[in-house]
Amino acid sequence: MKQSTKYGLLALGLIAAAAAAHPALAATFPKNSAGFPIHAPQPWEWWFQPASSPIQKSIDWMMQFVLWIMFGVVLLVAGLLAYIVVKFRASVHPVPSTTTHNTLIEVIWTVAPALLLIVIFVPSLNMIFQQSDYKHPYMTVKVTGHQWYWEYQYLGAKGVDFTSYPIPPNQLKPGEIKQLSVDHPLVVPANQKIVFQITSGDVLHSFFIPSLGVQRYAIPGQYWHQWTKIDAPGIYYGECNQICGMNHDNMPIEIVALPMAQFQAWLTEAKADAAQGDVPPVHKYEVLAEAAAAKAASIAQPHLALASNASN
Amino acid sequence: MSATALHDDHAAHSHQQPGFFRRWVMSTNHKDIGTLYITWAIIAGIEGGVLSMIMRAQLAEPGNTLITNGAAWNAIVTSHGLLMIFFLVMPALIGGFGNWMVPMMIGAPDMAFPRLNNMSFWFLFMGFIFVNLGLLVGVGSGIGWTLYPPLSDITYSPGPAVDFTLFSLHLAGISSLLGAINFIATILNMRAPGMTMHKMPLFVWSILVTAFLLLLAIPVLAGAITMLIMDRNFGTSFFEPAGGGDPVLFQHLFWFFGHPEVYIMILPAFGIVSHVVSTFSKKPIFGYLGMVYAMVAIGFVGFVVWAHHMFVSGISMDSKVYFEAATLVIAVPTGVKVFSWIATMWGGSVELKTPMLWAIGFIFMFVVGGATGVVLANAGLDTELHNTYFVIAHFHYVLSMGSVFAIFAGFYYWIGKMYGQQYNETLGKLHFWLFFIGVNLTFFPQHFLGLAGMPRRYPDYPTAFAGWNYVSSVGAIVSGVSTLVFFVILFKIFTGKQKLAANYWGDGATTLEWTVPSPAPHHTFEDVPVIR
Repeated sequence: MKQSTKYGLLALGLIAAAAAAHPALAATFPKNSAGFPIHAPQPWEWWFQPASSPIQKSIDWMMQFVLWIMFGVVLLVAGLLAYIVVKFRASVHPVPSTTTHNTLIEVIWTVAPALLLIVIFVPSLNMIFQQSDYKHPYMTVKVTGHQWYWEYQYLGAKGVDFTSYPIPPNQLKPGEIKQLSVDHPLVVPANQKIVFQITSGDVLHSFFIPSLGVQRYAIPGQYWHQWTKIDAPGIYYGECNQICGMNHDNMPIEIVALPMAQFQAWLTEAKADAAQGDVPPVHKYEVLAEAAAAKAASIAQPHLALASNASN
Repeated sequence: MSATALHDDHAAHSHQQPGFFRRWVMSTNHKDIGTLYITWAIIAGIEGGVLSMIMRAQLAEPGNTLITNGAAWNAIVTSHGLLMIFFLVMPALIGGFGNWMVPMMIGAPDMAFPRLNNMSFWFLFMGFIFVNLGLLVGVGSGIGWTLYPPLSDITYSPGPAVDFTLFSLHLAGISSLLGAINFIATILNMRAPGMTMHKMPLFVWSILVTAFLLLLAIPVLAGAITMLIMDRNFGTSFFEPAGGGDPVLFQHLFWFFGHPEVYIMILPAFGIVSHVVSTFSKKPIFGYLGMVYAMVAIGFVGFVVWAHHMFVSGISMDSKVYFEAATLVIAVPTGVKVFSWIATMWGGSVELKTPMLWAIGFIFMFVVGGATGVVLANAGLDTELHNTYFVIAHFHYVLSMGSVFAIFAGFYYWIGKMYGQQYNETLGKLHFWLFFIGVNLTFFPQHFLGLAGMPRRYPDYPTAFAGWNYVSSVGAIVSGVSTLVFFVILFKIFTGKQKLAANYWGDGATTLEWTVPSPAPHHTFEDVPVIR
């Protein structure tokens, strides 16, 4: 076997190994006490957190598409530079050429990148349209950023409006994560289109949930919409992503996606709590989970008609 | 102690020898003012670098307690950005090398308005004082270099620190504006006979385009921060929703300045790299006109892409489509520059002296930063990447490795011309390799952190992000050590006793500054040079 062939095979093997080690392919998550997988960032992660929504799946695909193209460009430039350093060193190439023009090649290196950009631009348009399509949701949650906590108001579910603070590092229980776990997570149904109506009560914040492909600034006086549809029940995490003062790093987002029946049960409890002036108790969904799971099989999925324009 | 001190005897022909105060404080000589700018850029760079070392020390492990106050952290983050942009990169490239080289390269005796030139430096100096007051007064101004209200409003940032920061930007802005006017007047009116626009060296072109960008962008920033100062102190509500104002308006104004600012920081770097690449390949620039109009195109398009910094802020779907398309367009003229540098080297006789190492390093690292730039230009991808460490990695690849590599390339290329002493080649190469390894180790893992979802401007982070953060901090130590090597190089330059030829690089160096002695005399041209 020729030496160059060997190295080529080695390189291909490395790329294949790298692809096999792709975190998205090997995603198994620890489960919390209620049996839901915890979708948290992992140590030494070198790619997106595994995609858990249609938006994030498109983002993941598009990112690989663009990165492979750009990887080719970087490799081309690196290769040319290496070739120059080896072949045109003064010691091996003492007499410089005097060429300063070549119209054809100049046209090529102007037109070729332009074509490449069109190849990138067209599919990326679909992503913009997909992300902007927040019409006809199953439910809408008004998300308000505050210094330094999040407030979730379930539009259409009277009184269900609570705040979400991080759990201080010295009070973390097993399974809870520093700077990610909160006292009252945002509870939503899995497999339903959820719209977040995002605003702020004071300064700018950014409502950012990486594994769901959700990010939008929380801007005082304005409402901006982002939607998601969580693929499977589980716990998902996000963080405030726009500098908002001294506790900017301490206003995480925790989302619990429940199977529909359990979400219904949770919402009923939450409304009852709200009627008594209480916020939903910490992790009440965990207690409900088992009982509701048993019932879930027999109940037809009811449709909770909460439109984005519902007011309360 | 200074570049031209060795030639005071020469200056004495026509002038009384000035004292220290008269020479350095009241200076109207473009070379002395250039030296002041470079000196001050080094000082600001050291301060900004120390701040980044503090940040990397804090971020080395989760739960570190080096900085326990989030407000202090934010003040450090803010000052690091402002110092590096307004007081290191811009003064070094424009005020420093621009002042030193532009008049010499076009065969002019000095800048068009020497007193304005002096004023422009001292405005910058005062800006430097004020930015430090913004860092040190009270808890400091922790608003990020983007200054977004409402966080920068009086309600959320009481105390004078933010006002100091805003005035500092006014001062730095006036300084840049005066400098820009001076450069435009000089370049358009004072070229030697025969030097048509299309014969101008590329560095001069880069400074000309940069000056126009400054002229058009700085007033918009000045307007925005004036409105912010009024909101803070005089009860207006331009950006305050409760009074009918709009925080997003500030973002538009800021980035209408802020995006051209990005090109203000990179175009002069393009100019320097062109000269270095041509000199050490012993070949003229390939596709000179393409290079010139690529810069003009980048400058022009750079003004119509600003809202790509706001893809997850308050803009509509249609705006996203437009701003993404316009942003992608910039990659075309940028590609022309990169390929033309490669073609310049192609078939040349390449000498890997220290400036050339920095220039080749610049080209490669800038292409990496440009590649992630194309990624970020996608509005849909920016939803996931905005404000994460991926963005930090991207702009440090184009700034910390782009602009700063070009600054070092220019420094090693011209220090003999400016000071009359050559740097130590071995140490110069050591400096390059240490810095190259250090910055790559620091910033490459930050791509991974960003992909995993780590937000920027966090003094502490969830434990999962610990690994790459540790690697990044180790990289920062390596870059820090490389800076110590640079100080040794500086010391050896200042204590050297060589005699340098006028053109110490040989055949490859063809611009006018290589026709005058090294160091360049106080008055460059006794006779007007004629370009054929």
